[in-house]
Amino acid sequence: MTDTIESQIGSEDEIVIEMKGVNKWYSDFHVLKNIDLSVTKGERIVICGPSGSGKSTLIRCINHLEEHQEGIIKVNGTLLNENSKNITQVRREVGMVFQQFNLFPHMTILDNLCFAPIWARNMPRAEAEKTALRYLERVGISEQKDKYPGQLSGGQQQRVAIARSLCMNPSIMLFDEPTSALDPEMIKEVLDVMIELANTGMTMLCVTHEMSFARSVADRVIFMDGGEIVEQNTPDAFFDNPRVDRTQQFLSQILTH
Amino acid sequence: MDDNTIIFQPAPARPAPSNRVGPRAWLRANLFGGWKDTVVTLILLAILALTLPGLVDWMFVRATFFGDADNCRQAGGACWPFIVDKFNVLMMGVYPQELGWRPAVCAIALIVLAALTYTNRVRGIVLIVAWAILPVFALFMIGGAFGMREVDQSLWGGLMLSIMLALVGVIVSIPLGVLLALGRYYGPPVVKSLCVAFIELLRGVPLITILFMASVMMPLFLPPDLVINNLLRIQIAMILFSAAYMAEVVRGGLQAIPAGQTEAALALGVSRARTIAFIVVPQALRHVLPPLVGRCIALFKDTSLVIIVGLLDFLGMIKNASLDTTWLGFQAEAYVFAAFVYWLICYSLSLYGRELERRGPSAQKR
Repeated sequence: MTDTIESQIGSEDEIVIEMKGVNKWYSDFHVLKNIDLSVTKGERIVICGPSGSGKSTLIRCINHLEEHQEGIIKVNGTLLNENSKNITQVRREVGMVFQQFNLFPHMTILDNLCFAPIWARNMPRAEAEKTALRYLERVGISEQKDKYPGQLSGGQQQRVAIARSLCMNPSIMLFDEPTSALDPEMIKEVLDVMIELANTGMTMLCVTHEMSFARSVADRVIFMDGGEIVEQNTPDAFFDNPRVDRTQQFLSQILTH
Repeated sequence: MDDNTIIFQPAPARPAPSNRVGPRAWLRANLFGGWKDTVVTLILLAILALTLPGLVDWMFVRATFFGDADNCRQAGGACWPFIVDKFNVLMMGVYPQELGWRPAVCAIALIVLAALTYTNRVRGIVLIVAWAILPVFALFMIGGAFGMREVDQSLWGGLMLSIMLALVGVIVSIPLGVLLALGRYYGPPVVKSLCVAFIELLRGVPLITILFMASVMMPLFLPPDLVINNLLRIQIAMILFSAAYMAEVVRGGLQAIPAGQTEAALALGVSRARTIAFIVVPQALRHVLPPLVGRCIALFKDTSLVIIVGLLDFLGMIKNASLDTTWLGFQAEAYVFAAFVYWLICYSLSLYGRELERRGPSAQKR
């Protein structure tokens, strides 16, 4: 017993994402200011903050959908720079779920899931389909596999998008406001999938305004404003005793509406 | 249940109100909906009344269907035996008659493949390969290869030539147009300017001018020992002209694809080239299907311009046939026939385009 606990603690200390002094500008606009962030294996982080604070940009830098101009970003030991081999390497290990789902509308659900394993991992089609079906079952929509994305509800589409990322067997998952484009009654089905994923020990970074999710699932909550990490803490400490004024203001706005 | 339960008894359905169904209602809804509709309908009816009887009289009532030129001249109506007599020439030009089975085999192959395509029996990669092989097969069959007698390209003509020019033009210019559009949209600055220059140059010059350049001027520039035959030069000119237009149509489609599509594929670790090939281009092409089919139809009709550089295509043979002294005075019939054949082919293309639009995933939405 002690062995397993120790090995778990040992693995938790392993740093999988490392950001040091990261700065990014959109021409004159300074979006990310001196970001320092370390994420350990299996850690679940929720990033919140007002719109335009750089939360999405931050996680989009982790799989290089956005390029940073200064600083170091390392993912699983791979340095993110202009080297396209490194970028591809990182993207295969990091899954991403978007606010707008971004499923491929011209492919069936099954083909959406098989696309990346076949074309980025050269997996044989039969094997890719087997994996795809397993993940579709896990998110509870295997019976929809032959439909097109346009025929599914928003919540179902987002679950497909999560399954699509999982098919690449990522070690880290990024969520960019996964529930913001959903009708209220569909938010829960997506959060349930995310909670289930968190329980498997997946390393997760979620930009979200779902504070109940943050409180129950996150190991750490990060508050961003004006391109900076203003405050970070465990959820209990963060919600109950925010130390910085801006955090208090933000929390009072989103928790009392 | 007690006795005073009232059981619901639906009243029998009444017939629809007479002012909503039947021929009178249809007329009112479609032709006489208001005073404006009524005026337009009456004007159109008047035009039809003035033109239609004469046309029907000429085309069918007083027309001659069997016989020779003298029968036609006596009857005074349309002379269809003229078309029958000239049919082979209109289809194949001056291609040797005894080898006529070779183009005929190609025509059958084309019709069979078109039917299979329309009914969705062949799909995906097989479809593309089949359509890529067909013109090569036709080229060997018509030109002669594998021990078959060779027929010089100067003898190719008629509808066969028109269809070959259009078919090869479409099959080559669509991929070329996609490449040009991709170069213009995604390419590095040098590639981008080259693509823009090419597209704008070819779109800025009338096709006739380009055909003249290809036919008359190109041999002057090329080294004397490099001989490219006239037909091939014309074909290349048509391909390049068409590709420039296709490129702009496709670019419109590329612009319509949201950035999230590319991002999603890239985030999955798929390379940029494969993302463009499998995610962006298929969706872009689907978006621009209607104008793309329009360009194909336009290209087919444009083949009639090759007459000015000495190729005797379908329209060229029509003109030639109407100069035959035996059948002098029947050129109207020839042009009516030409119009009918062009319409038939273009309308089929248009129908196929609509069928493709109907088949897409967007059509299966809730």
